[in-house]
Amino acid sequence: MSLKTLLAAGLLTGALATPAVAQTEITWWHAMGGQLGESLNQIAENFNASQDDYFVTPVFRGTYEETLTAGIAAFRAGEQPNIIQVFDAGAATVIGAEGAVIPVEEMMASNGVDFDINDYISGVRYFYADADGTMIGMPFNSSTPVLYYNEAALEEAGVSAPTTWEEFQDVTGPALRDAGYIPLAQSHLPWIFTENFFSRHDLQFASNNNGYEGLDTEIMVNHPAIRSHFEALVRWQDEGLFSWYGTGWGDNQQPFQQGEVAMWLGSSASWGGLLETTDFPFSATMLPYWEAVNPEPTQTFIGGAALFAMAGHSDDENAATAAFFEYLASAEAQYDWHTATGYVPITQAAYELATERGHYEEFPAAEVAINQLTLPAGEFTRGYRMGFYVQIRDVMNREYGRILTDETDVDSAFEAIEEEANRLLARFAQTQG
Amino acid sequence: MKRAVFSNPWLPILILSPQLAIIAVFFYWPAGFAIQSSFFLQDPFGFGSTFVGVSNYTDLFASSEYLRVAWFTIIYTVLVTFFSLAIALLLAVKADNVLRGAKTYRTLLMWVYAIAPPVAGLMGVMLFDQSTGPITELFGAFGWDFRLGVNYWDTATAMIIVAVWKQVPVNFIFFLSGLQSIPRSVREAALIDNRSASGRFWDVIFPLLAPTAFFLLIINITYALFDTFGVIDTLVKGEPGNNPMTLVYKVFIDGFRGNDLGGSSAQSVVLMVLVLILTIVQFRMMERRIHYT
Repeated sequence: MSLKTLLAAGLLTGALATPAVAQTEITWWHAMGGQLGESLNQIAENFNASQDDYFVTPVFRGTYEETLTAGIAAFRAGEQPNIIQVFDAGAATVIGAEGAVIPVEEMMASNGVDFDINDYISGVRYFYADADGTMIGMPFNSSTPVLYYNEAALEEAGVSAPTTWEEFQDVTGPALRDAGYIPLAQSHLPWIFTENFFSRHDLQFASNNNGYEGLDTEIMVNHPAIRSHFEALVRWQDEGLFSWYGTGWGDNQQPFQQGEVAMWLGSSASWGGLLETTDFPFSATMLPYWEAVNPEPTQTFIGGAALFAMAGHSDDENAATAAFFEYLASAEAQYDWHTATGYVPITQAAYELATERGHYEEFPAAEVAINQLTLPAGEFTRGYRMGFYVQIRDVMNREYGRILTDETDVDSAFEAIEEEANRLLARFAQTQG
Repeated sequence: MKRAVFSNPWLPILILSPQLAIIAVFFYWPAGFAIQSSFFLQDPFGFGSTFVGVSNYTDLFASSEYLRVAWFTIIYTVLVTFFSLAIALLLAVKADNVLRGAKTYRTLLMWVYAIAPPVAGLMGVMLFDQSTGPITELFGAFGWDFRLGVNYWDTATAMIIVAVWKQVPVNFIFFLSGLQSIPRSVREAALIDNRSASGRFWDVIFPLLAPTAFFLLIINITYALFDTFGVIDTLVKGEPGNNPMTLVYKVFIDGFRGNDLGGSSAQSVVLMVLVLILTIVQFRMMERRIHYT
């Protein structure tokens, strides 16, 4: 082969491999592995195919924690991506660092994209917003904890899924145990049994309006209601009504998939994965509550993550980011994402589209999360904002684990969590000074 | 000892400079940076930074969790070092006596050395898995309800077993070559004086192995303290919860997972001081008792 043909071939492949000249390329760092990652790549592909001006490249950066740390390191080196996916517990870090991200609302306005926060469903709207209600991060993948149950097991035991913890304790739990099942497991004690315990019962979780209105926040986790909830958990564990398989998410989900555990508290986004890994009929219902604590339970917090537009990019690239956000919020894109994964549709329009197309007739469980997020809001249900929250969750995981392995008692565990969390919050306030 | 002198005083420095440059860039500069940031609390993104004096250090030593982790690190290091050395020494002594198929036997024992710590950890995760792990089932047969990731000491046991298993081959190689370098004449002379095999081992062979053992002791303490990171990370699946961890893993958890750069730097400085003390103690106290031939 002569040099000329080689050169020509090289040029040709080069031209084919790179997108057309006028395209603006942006990068999107995310933490969605496995099946979720595939659905995410599909969204990016659909966006790239839908227009010719912009090209978004998704890059998988590991777990939520790893993605945030990589984003921070990249920002400090001036190499940050255009869009980064940050999870609920990391929100305070990224929102606290003013100048690291451009608020979604501002991004949309300066690029002439229509934006109305009221298009978003109510449980999703303000979690990633600032104290004034300006949306900072776009709640891309929002989930909420729901109770999955093995329909065959419940039928065998002759019970229905519990609405309240009282019902679980007195009726559902013992019946399932007597039918030979471990009645209950859960996958994330800080998220399901702490943060969402507070929102479900509309209890205040932290001072300064759950931390939104100031940095000198103190956590209010040491509440009698949650202490008695954990005392109940210990009791249930002893009576064979509840089993705990460690801090890891998957370790607790696996026994449910294997049919040993009859009911499992997980994320609404676990739904897509469960469909593939279980061979029994399952359904879902809302997160149970204690009637004694609040007879009129409220909506839960969203979990999952939001997309943040990082600062320090050219106007062209920011325009591309705004266009991509607009596409993501579109009913069609949200519908695809929602039906493929189980994350809730973030806008009212997308929810209506899914209803219209009969998605919930086919899979009633998929609607549970949305119903739960659109329950009446309470005073303390919009979310929480606390710095160093990843570490606070680690402290909770440690102390809860110690409670459930008899290394400590509920009262001293909650005292320890309160004390250590408040010290972390005070330290975080100092980093912002 | 003969003294070699360079005619030009700059020449040795020139020859050393690549090494010095590497040490400066990869060791002293980050170490200095860690010392500096241990006196600050800073925003992870680098916007705000507050000088807090020594409060990162006082916070550490006031934290019962930090002391708990430190205590576990000591227990863990002692156990991992002891068992890695003891098992390797036993295997080496036995392998030294094998005449037939010696090479195959030795190669098989060294094999494990090629496995990276995270891979060893992953194998541990599978072997000790709560519902499907064969070792868990074995323990269950003896009435031990072993639960990795749930029970603190069960997880610690798995960490120690995996870390020891991973380190035995290295020690084995060194002990074996140490044994083989002991002159035949010494062994034969000992055989005339003492008919007890264990007596000969402790009075003659072991003292002659002491330089090797001392070297391995240092290597193994460092291994248990620092290099078992991958084993711990995979066994606790990146989220320690109520499971044990070592000081090095805590530096990572607080710094890279929690983004607390000041606190994490203070912990690194504490570790640096610890290593410094350990090194001085080891060389001052122990090297005197060891006779190099």
